[in-house]
Amino acid sequence: MARGPGFDRDEARLLVALRAGDEAAFAQLVDGYGPTLMRLALSHVPSRAVAEEVVQETWLAVLDGLDRFEGRSSLRTWIASILLNQARTRGERERRTLPISFLRRRYDEGRAEPAGDRDRFQGRRGERPGWWAVPPDRWEEPDERLSRDDARAVVLGAIRRLPARQRDVITMRDLSGWSAEEACNALGVSETNQRVLLHRARSKVRAALEDHLKEQPQS
Amino acid sequence: MSTRAGETITCREFVELVTDYLEGRLPESECERFEDHLALCPGCQAYVEQMRATLRALGRIPEESISPAAREELLHAFRTWKATR
Repeated sequence: MARGPGFDRDEARLLVALRAGDEAAFAQLVDGYGPTLMRLALSHVPSRAVAEEVVQETWLAVLDGLDRFEGRSSLRTWIASILLNQARTRGERERRTLPISFLRRRYDEGRAEPAGDRDRFQGRRGERPGWWAVPPDRWEEPDERLSRDDARAVVLGAIRRLPARQRDVITMRDLSGWSAEEACNALGVSETNQRVLLHRARSKVRAALEDHLKEQPQS
Repeated sequence: MSTRAGETITCREFVELVTDYLEGRLPESECERFEDHLALCPGCQAYVEQMRATLRALGRIPEESISPAAREELLHAFRTWKATR
């Protein structure tokens, strides 16, 4: 059977064990891919409890579909795509009973907002049009400051406000360290589209951190 | 965003190319102009540093996991699945 490039040996071994009914292999998968699945689920449904159910339903669907899995994509992107389907369906259902602010997110989805803030650049009559009007500051000791709980909360808040697909991409790519190819496969989007989503997502998280660090001078 | 050949890119264009650059997906000619701009613009140098620091911060976000009870339920479901195969 032809394997996609994302399919590594470890996954091949796990797949064989799983099909043979090896519980330890299943536990290894649940623990290994669990964090990414949980984050992806959380970005579509309103509560941890529902996200957990979505993750559980995903694993049951994985077991059901195991014999049909052909290894065209890596096992984890296949599992992630199942989760995203479940989470979207579930998210739609939950959202019907939610306040309007939650609904608004869906309309954001396709908006082509510029990643950079327009007022930050000089206008056509400026000395150098298109160059910084308000250049960004250098962050002093960024890793130390961004490791604090307050900064972490800002990052999570910014991610939560992203349109769903941007959230999915940044979760897979930057939180879980997946490759661009894996993110494309799981989401069913082109490489270019993936990069556009990633760019918007990263730009908004950076902007949120910039605002936060401005308000929180170094201590 | 594409830029016209031979022209210096502006900061506004620069920030839209940052992800393509960091992902190694800028065509060679654009990559050169990107780096030329970077070399002479302190604002964009700070911007790229901020973006890199943001990516490191994203990579440090702690993992989420399902509860031990939910995990147990799953292992139980696996045994049931195995028994019916």
